[in-house]
Amino acid sequence: MDETTLYRKRKRPAEAFLLSAVYGAASVSVMLLCGMIGYLFFRGAGAVSWRFLTTVTDVAKKTSGIAGNMINTLYIAALTLLAAIPLGVGAAVYLSEYAKPGKLVNLIVFTTETLAGIPSVLFGLFGMGFFGETLGLGYSLLTGALTLALMVLPLIVRNTQEALRAVPEGYRSGALGLGASRFYMIRTVLLPAAMPGILTGVLLSVGRIVGESAALLFTAGSDGHLPKPGGSAFGTIRSLGEKMLESGGTLAVELYLQVQNGRYETAFGIGCVLIAAAFGLNLLVKLAAVRLRNRA
Amino acid sequence: MKTETKHPHSGSVMADRRKKNAAEGIAQTVFAACAFFVILAVVSITLYLLAKGVPALLQVGPGKILLGTVWKPTAAEPQYGIFHVILTSLAGTALAVLLGVPVGILTAAFLAEIADRRLAAVVKPAVELLAGIPSVLYGLLGLTLLNPLIYRLELTLFRDSPDHRFTGGANLLSAALVLAVMILPTVISVSETAIRSVPPGIRAASLALGGSRVQTVFRAVLPAAKSGIATAIVLGVGRAVGEAAAIALVAGGCVNPPFPFRSVRFLATAIVSEMGYAAGRHRQMLFTIGLVLFSLLMAVNAALTKIRKAGTGEHG
Amino acid sequence: MRKRIQRGLAACALLIAAIGYAGCGNVHAVPKESGTSSPAAMEEPEELSGSILLVGSTSMETYVRTLAERYMDSHPDVKVRAEFAGSGAGIEAVLGGTADIGNSSRSLKDEEKEKGVVENVVAFDGIAVCVDRSNTLAGLTKAQLTEIYTGAVTNWSEVGGRDAPIVVVGREAGSGTRNAFEEILGVRDRCAYANELDSEGAVMARVASTPGAIGYVSLQVADGRVKLLALDGVSPAAETVGTGEYILSRPFIMATFGEISRQNALVQSWFSYVLGGEGQETAVFVGLIPVNDIAAQEGGEL
Repeated sequence: MDETTLYRKRKRPAEAFLLSAVYGAASVSVMLLCGMIGYLFFRGAGAVSWRFLTTVTDVAKKTSGIAGNMINTLYIAALTLLAAIPLGVGAAVYLSEYAKPGKLVNLIVFTTETLAGIPSVLFGLFGMGFFGETLGLGYSLLTGALTLALMVLPLIVRNTQEALRAVPEGYRSGALGLGASRFYMIRTVLLPAAMPGILTGVLLSVGRIVGESAALLFTAGSDGHLPKPGGSAFGTIRSLGEKMLESGGTLAVELYLQVQNGRYETAFGIGCVLIAAAFGLNLLVKLAAVRLRNRA
Repeated sequence: MKTETKHPHSGSVMADRRKKNAAEGIAQTVFAACAFFVILAVVSITLYLLAKGVPALLQVGPGKILLGTVWKPTAAEPQYGIFHVILTSLAGTALAVLLGVPVGILTAAFLAEIADRRLAAVVKPAVELLAGIPSVLYGLLGLTLLNPLIYRLELTLFRDSPDHRFTGGANLLSAALVLAVMILPTVISVSETAIRSVPPGIRAASLALGGSRVQTVFRAVLPAAKSGIATAIVLGVGRAVGEAAAIALVAGGCVNPPFPFRSVRFLATAIVSEMGYAAGRHRQMLFTIGLVLFSLLMAVNAALTKIRKAGTGEHG
Repeated sequence: MRKRIQRGLAACALLIAAIGYAGCGNVHAVPKESGTSSPAAMEEPEELSGSILLVGSTSMETYVRTLAERYMDSHPDVKVRAEFAGSGAGIEAVLGGTADIGNSSRSLKDEEKEKGVVENVVAFDGIAVCVDRSNTLAGLTKAQLTEIYTGAVTNWSEVGGRDAPIVVVGREAGSGTRNAFEEILGVRDRCAYANELDSEGAVMARVASTPGAIGYVSLQVADGRVKLLALDGVSPAAETVGTGEYILSRPFIMATFGEISRQNALVQSWFSYVLGGEGQETAVFVGLIPVNDIAAQEGGEL
């Protein structure tokens, strides 16, 4: 396309090399990544069936199913967010709306980053020891959820903080100028305006929760049974409450165990389900961002 | 925190006149408590690991553990040397980063600067998708695809060396390759964001001065995105050092010095795979390994903070 | 906004209520503190309800899962949950009071017994030596097996097989299977492994997919993916383990804190099921050797 330039381009061998390196690297990663997704579906699609998705594993009948693991995943995600969202949003509001910049803020920012950098195995060790043994919660969904809440906290804090930072200063002075109290201003002006950012943090957290295995293995355990149907509304609440204090393995934990036990077909099946879930989540993040941006 | 209750928000004239009421005070206290919770969490995790890990460290002796090379936790005279495990974590991560990061950055440069928009629009979601899938899946692929290939390579390379302990393809090289692929999506997506946020003026200036497209990318845009790319590398390193589930089976699991075709054990996998069976001193020792891992990650984190600071210093 | 807050409050209240109920519902299941264990007879001895938690050995997974399924069929109000985290984790959990029963595929250590953990042997299991299906060898002698695992022999041709390197696969330190295997062969801590994997299934999968590999797994886990080797001419099977001809075997243990008679009604009912006719039939069903067979022969201890 450069034939029409006034000056003939000087040939630069180094440049050609760099360009081919860029093309090479890009094609390697694109082929690698797309190949992986393709291979996972190729190997796993066969294992995914209606029965696989709606029943639990039955050793005597030699069938495998992940319904219990799917419920556990949703349950743990809900519990984790219930604990992490208020804490994370609260901390972010404090950092950006109340605290004076200084040593204290630096310390909180530093610890948030530290928390984000701790590998999940160590969260697992801490959760097992502190929530499981010291607080006596044992292997339970609650232990797992509390552990994960610590793990995703930085994600929520960081995203909320960034979202709050992006809210124009005029919103604040406007609301305060009209006589609103600071808390009222935060509740009615800042948080709604920062909603897209908070939501992004929440959805990213869901992604981490769904994909986590090392931190859950020794906290929430691996049980794959369904909670007992309650019969009535009251019974359902009761059995869900019971479930919270019982062990339960998420999809990723089940995947890990299947890989560990050399049952690759089932593992690939769970992999397909997880990729589909990750795809759905990514779509949600995009949709939420677009919609909320339009509304704002 | 009592000392810094009401402080007027920057520039707000009305702030001082606002009525103080109970709700305000409570709200502020609650928000502050949330923020302090983060500190509390980090402090308690640190203290917990210290409390669980240090006693064994002192009883056995730090030298014997950190520099010892024999890991026989269940022997009649147990030995808890994790020198090789530490070295493996370092070497494995280094190898993974060496393989994964250049490819990742070049791919990011391609997506942000060279590829046409439609191609990038297809590839980017795929990269984001892969950054979000559970790491165990990478391990699964490593086991089923990579290990047999590496074993074939091993059989060819070591055909004439009778002293070689054949690993069946489960070795440091396999693990590092799995880690390299695993950090690839993170590196691509973070560096791409960094490259895209380079002000267009820099490109324009480079092109206007007669720089070619390649020169612009390598001499102007990538240097300008330096701090973002450094963040991507450090995130990748952090993920690789802390990963356990993905490489537990791919690496072979024996405690050996880190050579490409030796079966090895990483810090994080040592914890996950032995926690189930360990008891007594052996179990305490796994917490000690946790402590070592924690210190390593703190170092990575410190590097990240330093890079961030350097980055902001440059722009501001 | 206010509506939203009210809704949130309502949800929280519901949740707290649920936790409260869970607390009540779980009373039966919470393991008793030492010494304060209540008398076996609870208010409703016929209709047991609540849940039992077993934590422990991965080798016992199939056995425990099958037992649990069958037990729950006959006791619909009892929920049996099992975690397969390893023998050590199981005993820790029993000591820490987080589990009712600790599954262990190794004998308890003296220090564990001193702390009050009781060893209840529920079945015996053979350890099978397996190779990949393309291996031409039918069996090994004990001496050859020892040489392979200690690294003295590194090629199959040295023990009568094809010319191919041997990939020695084993379990991680602390595993019950490894413990028993090394103990019986007398190669404790002298093994030169090429792979140390942390579950039965992982060893199986590795051996099955690696030409030239050798590994050891629990007999009941071994399936058609691998080839089992005879040892000194005796092929591994429930019968040969039962008669003592096949030397590689170890006990399966369900450890409790204090004697069975001091456990709550649920746990007692579990043990009478496991050690009773149906439970021992289940052991045979999954390929184990019932406890009475061995006890009759050599006094039950290994």
